Amino acid sequence: MYNFDFVKPATVDEAVKALADDEAQALGGGQTLIPTLKQRLASPSKLVSLTGIAEMKGVSKQGDTVVIGGGTTHRTVAEEAASAYPGLADLAGRIGDPAVRNRGTIGGSLANNDPSACYPAAALGSGATIVTNSREIAADDYFQGMFTTALEEGEIITEVRFPIPKKSAYAKIAQPASRFPLVAVFVAQYADGVRVAVTGASNNGVFRWSEAEAALSGNFAADALDGLTVASDDMIGDLHGTAAYRAHLVGVMAKRAVAAAS
Amino acid sequence: MPKDGGIGASSKRREDIRFLTGAGNYTDDINLRGQAYVFFLRSDIAHGTINNIDTSAAEGMPGVVKIFTAEDFAGVGGMPCGWQVTDKHGEVMQEPGHPILATGKVRHVGEPIAAVVAETLGQARDAAEAIDVDITELPAVIDMKDALKTDAPKVHDDLKNNLCYDWGFVEENKAAVEEAFQKAAHVTTLELRNNRLVANPMEPRVAVGDFARGTGEHTLYTTSQNPHVIRLLMGAFVLGIPEHKLRVVAPDVGGGFGTKIFHYQEEAFVTFAAKACNRPVKWTSSRSEAFMSDAHGRDHVTTIQLALDADNNFTALRTDTYANMGAYLSTFAPSVPTWLHGTLMAGNYKTPLIYVNVKAVFTNTVPVDAYRGAGRPEATFQLERVIDKAAIELGVDAIELRRQNFITEFPYATPVAVEYDTGDYFATMDKLTEIADLAGFEARRKESEARGKLRGLGVNCYIEACGIAPSNLVGQLGARAGLYESATVRVNATGGLVVMTGSHSHGQGHETAFPQVIAEMIGIDESMIEIVHGDTANTPMGMGTYGSRSIAVGGSAMVRATEKIIAKAKKIASHLLEASESDIELKDGAFSVAGTDKSVAWGDVTLAAYVPHNYPLEDIEPGLEETAFYDPSNFTYPSGAYACEVEVDRDTGQVTIERFSAADDFGNIINPMIVSGQVHGGIAQGIGQALLENCAYDENGQLLSASYMDYAMPRAYDMPFFSVDHSCQTPCTHNPLGVKGCGEAGAIGSPPAVVGAVVDALRSAGKDVTHVDMPLSPSRVWAAMQ
Amino acid sequence: MTQVNMTVNGKAASGDVEGRTLLAQFLRDSQGLTGTHVGCDTSQCGACVVHVDGKAVKSCTMLALEADGAEVSTIEGQANADGSLNVIQQAFQDHHGLQCGFCTPGMVMSAAALLKDNPKPTETEVRDYLEGNICRCTGYHNIVKAILAASGQDVSAIAAE
Repeated sequence: MYNFDFVKPATVDEAVKALADDEAQALGGGQTLIPTLKQRLASPSKLVSLTGIAEMKGVSKQGDTVVIGGGTTHRTVAEEAASAYPGLADLAGRIGDPAVRNRGTIGGSLANNDPSACYPAAALGSGATIVTNSREIAADDYFQGMFTTALEEGEIITEVRFPIPKKSAYAKIAQPASRFPLVAVFVAQYADGVRVAVTGASNNGVFRWSEAEAALSGNFAADALDGLTVASDDMIGDLHGTAAYRAHLVGVMAKRAVAAAS
Repeated sequence: MPKDGGIGASSKRREDIRFLTGAGNYTDDINLRGQAYVFFLRSDIAHGTINNIDTSAAEGMPGVVKIFTAEDFAGVGGMPCGWQVTDKHGEVMQEPGHPILATGKVRHVGEPIAAVVAETLGQARDAAEAIDVDITELPAVIDMKDALKTDAPKVHDDLKNNLCYDWGFVEENKAAVEEAFQKAAHVTTLELRNNRLVANPMEPRVAVGDFARGTGEHTLYTTSQNPHVIRLLMGAFVLGIPEHKLRVVAPDVGGGFGTKIFHYQEEAFVTFAAKACNRPVKWTSSRSEAFMSDAHGRDHVTTIQLALDADNNFTALRTDTYANMGAYLSTFAPSVPTWLHGTLMAGNYKTPLIYVNVKAVFTNTVPVDAYRGAGRPEATFQLERVIDKAAIELGVDAIELRRQNFITEFPYATPVAVEYDTGDYFATMDKLTEIADLAGFEARRKESEARGKLRGLGVNCYIEACGIAPSNLVGQLGARAGLYESATVRVNATGGLVVMTGSHSHGQGHETAFPQVIAEMIGIDESMIEIVHGDTANTPMGMGTYGSRSIAVGGSAMVRATEKIIAKAKKIASHLLEASESDIELKDGAFSVAGTDKSVAWGDVTLAAYVPHNYPLEDIEPGLEETAFYDPSNFTYPSGAYACEVEVDRDTGQVTIERFSAADDFGNIINPMIVSGQVHGGIAQGIGQALLENCAYDENGQLLSASYMDYAMPRAYDMPFFSVDHSCQTPCTHNPLGVKGCGEAGAIGSPPAVVGAVVDALRSAGKDVTHVDMPLSPSRVWAAMQ
Repeated sequence: MTQVNMTVNGKAASGDVEGRTLLAQFLRDSQGLTGTHVGCDTSQCGACVVHVDGKAVKSCTMLALEADGAEVSTIEGQANADGSLNVIQQAFQDHHGLQCGFCTPGMVMSAAALLKDNPKPTETEVRDYLEGNICRCTGYHNIVKAILAASGQDVSAIAAE
């Protein structure tokens, strides 16, 4: 790692001020950023830790919405969102490994927007609202391609609001080495329709599979997806699977998510 | 039941106490006063000409002590190769130079170009980034068959081409093999790839160099399986330091699996730099660095053909293999696809005629050398896979086809130059049939199918040659080293023993198992015996631990030294008991006179040896310390039968291992618990090779699997509980313990069972599949189903 | 350099660190607690697992300054007060759950975290929990068995050898 200054503010306001410096970068749980820094792929002059900000932590149910602080760890979401939004809690409880879940945060994951991360599928698949220190961003506007989001420099995800669906589930097949999703699909059924979000598969990062959404909105059953395929043109092809394989898996995982939805 | 603490007891490991409490002493735990740190600037391109290395900007960076490039090593030898193979025309192999730091060209991604020694590792790395290296990139050769084309770019400009050697074995049999194929009733042909692997011991390599100006003594602390070998190679061939001025210490080592046998540039560098900088120099590999600097394993491309007569007897076998050497010859690389591979092609079968051709090829990749099994997994895999394919083609039961062709009489001289001393392949297959419950497979398959899963069964045999090796034989075959082992047994005055062994324990439990042997021989408690290993300053010259040789060769040396101890102690006892030496018996830690109740305790004899007041000084010297060097007269030949059951997900191609069973014949067993652990670990590495692990390059020589993000390591949930058995025991006839060695068997025997099981599962769904190349990733299995 | 203060295995520990100093480096280099190992640089192998405020974390993927004020437990603090092996450590020895010992500190610390949350895990739960701890020696057979045994479950039916 290149060296950097480290600050750990106690409030969002302090953090925003600290991030106003050029080359300052926010540090969530660090489970992606620290390995990146070790490879010297980033060189911030200052890291602003968000782990000391109490107001950014916690899970609460507000009406038909689950609100999760941006600094909440995957483990906490897995434990505390389980009754209100079991599909989301299940997803959080399967990110990385237990030690990673004890540090990694939802805000960190969404800000990074790794094309193989789990949380983007939940956020997009739920039509969540990404709340920052300065505004609210709809998930449909937030994800803008791999490692690219609507966040401005220095903008912090303070909370994420997930509308609670009637049913939901997350189906994942792991990449054999990293154990990140090779392909994973989050399905959520709402009163006004079904959302299907796919991660791990596309060169453009997480995306909604609109044909599947249409089919499932009419008939929320796995066989409603029979015959539906996604094009492999934009799928990732690498050591772990061809684009055609990933395209195939999108259908398989979507069906499995529907079948498992509760 | 075995006696507590003696041969055959599952004694708990004494070394565990320190490992479980964080009190181990691994090389990276060693920090010397005043030490500096080195960071190697490594090539990020696979092949290129170095035009210039400008270190001027880096020299002035904070904390920099000294920057080294190839020029600093002008008077120093290159990295030596320890084995010279002679090709089928009688020519010796092409052997390129292998510099410590890249000289003139870079030949693989990861080759060290420059080294920065600085006060901290961070500063060293900062400065390395300021070095300006001007390289003209050249086309890289990655694929072995491309590398042998006449117009291929040459990895080494001073060699004729990229062919290291073209080995034929046994060349004299070639014509007879051809004839047998022409007469065959059936010929089965299989093309396959044995995937390139990275050994990945969990402890990355570390080297710390130290130089004592007052005495002129160099010390190297290193993560090695064989510190004496490193001392000899580095001292004699690289740095020109005589052994008495060079100490090599390999303390607790966190796994080796072959990749810590070899002498590496980083070891020579820190030893050299410690003197040049006049302070200790430490190098700690990161995992990412390990992927591009640890020698890789396997990487063979093979076509094998099996000829059978009308009664399905194997009549001949021939195999053509391309073996990747990488860009340079690692220490024992040339021996792996030849003498550790071709000599095993008979397997467990009485095939009368065999011909093996191996073309070893230079490519712009990391050097390839021995990895757990080394040559024998490659031999076993192709042989067992071609038998499975033959059974499919002939419509016969694959287990019966094997049984029909088993070797039945021992000793058995194979047509590939080795003689198996003992074995009973029916016994291990019968035992496997029992422990794997092969009779219950069809019911389990139906149960899987009811859940929508495909289920398959793979069964195969293996034989390996280990306990390496007779020095005079390997000398004839091109080894530039002997392969004996040593032990010094020092008895202390009050009766305790210290065994100084040339074997090295890096997970195998020598500190526990070796004392069990001596405890049994003398009849004392194992806790009275301590094992010292890993330091050339206090162990006799020994060749170290690899090739499943430690108990068979190192243990035998210890037995021989202990026999000398007992012989001398009997002389002392006969004096103390005033009886004839021939009447003295040693039992349960006491010497007695046969047929009388006169006896003297072990401790009284040992005390007499060091306080020789009443002692036959005119006949024997005081003291009780003996050394033995044991050179085996043959290899040992563990064998066994393995079974794997898998489920395959029809939709995703995902494979899960549902059952894995291994019936091994290791001869006599010292500590069954440790033996089982060795087999478990070997099987897991074999399953890793078969399902997960794949070291891959792109066409430009960039390493695609350069970290754990892309190189798939087996996890706990990839494995089932294993069922292993080693009750079939045909003791080795030529070593004093009757032992064969167990360290590599699991990795040798398991890959074909896994692949066979997946193929069987796919065939159960009507897919016309006879082979799928490893690793059987979900993507590949799914593709095979389409 | 910034001073960091924490409690390690019940004792106050402090030292001057850079922003980039990892918790693993602080423990190994500043505190001499070399039982915590570093086996990879991508946060996967788990040899570096320690507990921070009672939770398992990868100390090579956490800055030392993030642990300021925290209670840290390492492998060196796991034995019983009289120095004997604790239940998990003893089970690892009894069931040969380690070979080279390099991954062992992380395995023991992860096992302790698992059993704290889930005192009687199933085999599947143990294997799943160990996703972030890689062992190259044992094939996991005896590690899983040792953890089940440490939880007080009868492992005699699991293949003994």
